[in-house]
Amino acid sequence: MDDKGSLAAYLGRDDLTFSPVEVSPNLYAMAMNTEDSLREYIRLFLRVPVLGSLTPLARIFDFVANAAPAVKEILAVGKLCYEVRERHYDIVIVDSEASGHFVAQVSAPDALATLVRIGIVADQTKWMSNLLHDPEVSTVLAVVTPEEMPVVETIELRDRLATATPIDFAGVLVNRMPAALVDAELLATVAPTSGHLATSVQVGEWLSERRSNAELHARRLADALELGNVETIAEAPAGTHSPERITDHLVGEMRRILDEHA
Amino acid sequence: MIVAPGNMDETIEQFAPLDPELFDMLAKSRMIIICGPGGVGKTTSAAALGVVAARHFPKRVLVLTVDPARRLATALGLGTIGNAEVPVELAGAKGSLDIAMIDTKASWDDMVRRHAPDGVTRDRVLGNDLYKTLTSRFVHSHDYVVTERLYDARESGVYDLVVVDTPPSRSALSVLDAPRRMEQFFSSRLLKLLTAPTQSRLLSLASRPFFIVADRILGAAFLSDIAEFFTLFRTMEGPVVSRARRVGALLSDPATSYVVVTSPEPVAMQEAGYLVEELRRRGHRLDAVVTNRLVPSRLATGAAERAEALIEGNPLHDVERASRDAADAPLTTATRRALAAAEREIANIANQHAAALAEIRRWGARVLMSESRGGDITDVTSLLALGEALRT
Repeated sequence: MDDKGSLAAYLGRDDLTFSPVEVSPNLYAMAMNTEDSLREYIRLFLRVPVLGSLTPLARIFDFVANAAPAVKEILAVGKLCYEVRERHYDIVIVDSEASGHFVAQVSAPDALATLVRIGIVADQTKWMSNLLHDPEVSTVLAVVTPEEMPVVETIELRDRLATATPIDFAGVLVNRMPAALVDAELLATVAPTSGHLATSVQVGEWLSERRSNAELHARRLADALELGNVETIAEAPAGTHSPERITDHLVGEMRRILDEHA
Repeated sequence: MIVAPGNMDETIEQFAPLDPELFDMLAKSRMIIICGPGGVGKTTSAAALGVVAARHFPKRVLVLTVDPARRLATALGLGTIGNAEVPVELAGAKGSLDIAMIDTKASWDDMVRRHAPDGVTRDRVLGNDLYKTLTSRFVHSHDYVVTERLYDARESGVYDLVVVDTPPSRSALSVLDAPRRMEQFFSSRLLKLLTAPTQSRLLSLASRPFFIVADRILGAAFLSDIAEFFTLFRTMEGPVVSRARRVGALLSDPATSYVVVTSPEPVAMQEAGYLVEELRRRGHRLDAVVTNRLVPSRLATGAAERAEALIEGNPLHDVERASRDAADAPLTTATRRALAAAEREIANIANQHAAALAEIRRWGARVLMSESRGGDITDVTSLLALGEALRT
């Protein structure tokens, strides 16, 4: 939704456009662009000839973007909902904008419905709301790093979502959990020393504190959201990984967790 | 804190010496706008710079924050921060520090109250449904009021330095573009179209295609709601436009400096690099890139060698000697392995961070580094320590 180019890079593309491309078998990717979305909308639903001259379209877009921000948000959400309704894909995964903006986007159909009572937009927001509100169709997965600010923002995101729109909240994925390499108990067994070993112990303490802080924040998040059990997915080795490698790692970890529960 | 030189009055509070470049930046700037990706300690950095400036300089400092967590309020010993400025207790400071959190709705209401030509228009705007939705529900409505607030803070003459924490990432750019957009909006033909009486709309051939499309998309009722709102809003055109112009000028003023905050993580850096480029393209003065969460150098230095020594267990090595000296607790193999793993991890992190710093330096701005500390920022003291430790 917020095209920063990093998704394109992960998928091995130079850039992504509004027109979806097949990046690997059965996996398509696109980047949101509200102006293209408006163009498609007008072509599909209004059948107004806009191709001859772009001036009216540009003027409408100017209007849309500046005078009625809700409409800009609805164009983004509308495109997503349209792809879902038309069943062009089995599953649509949305890399949404940062948390504050996301609430405005996902609740835009509800917000607009209170403003626009008749007209095409009024008709168009109803089915979007229906898709977004149906837990069988749509859900939100929050991704968070185990640090204080992101955790607080995620809790706030869930609360703001809950008041703005009745969309399902699936849970959270805690990323970048620091590896548990040394535990504090083990460090405590090393007698006070000086020189290199003392530095090694400090390194161990630093990493161990980092890990326990992260665990604390993950726990706080789980408690605040009443998520109950927290499953820990083992860390992948440090560094940047290809999507295939991340997928393999995640699938392996999911299997392990399922086996443990079986 | 450093030890006071003997010839100085002992009652004078001593400060940790600031990095000369940080000192220089805080001494010269009248406004510092902090931009950066989310989750890199941007709000904390803004507050830390504010605390350091108020403590080291005889300046009246204001930190304007958008901190969604209201966590800064707690850290600064304040119950809540609202739209109004509140003083922060700062022991032994040369200057003073106030903090305010920008409340979008309240700020818009203030603006309408200030610019509305009369009480009737004011009440009609404030009571308009579209106005209420626009100002409270949509993110971009935040952008313009942020610039209004910082303009107010600067022009009031109450503050010598205003530190502004902007919303994460690209939203910071929409904040900076907001005054220009506001000005363009009022001068646009579109607004004139929207607010023109219905009859003249129909008569104007040029505008017909627009209204055919707009009516079909939005419905005539919504369109007339919009027209009513903007007709009211237009009565404020004069004062709002001239203010937007002055706000825009302030953003490009040489005494306004920009600081980009990042962490050495690749995703954050990509975003920070983009912000650096865009700030320059807009002609803003980039004063520094604050790089947070670096691994402490005293731990990172020599980590790879220590890891090797721990694994090899070379009896001549310092590690062995040290553990022999600690006669009562020889290192077990498990401890050795764990410590070696920790050393290798920190060496990896340090390598990543060194590469990240090298890239950040290529952006060509002054780099202020901050090492990752254990624990969270919980009070003014830790904010001060964080700010004072910034090094080039």
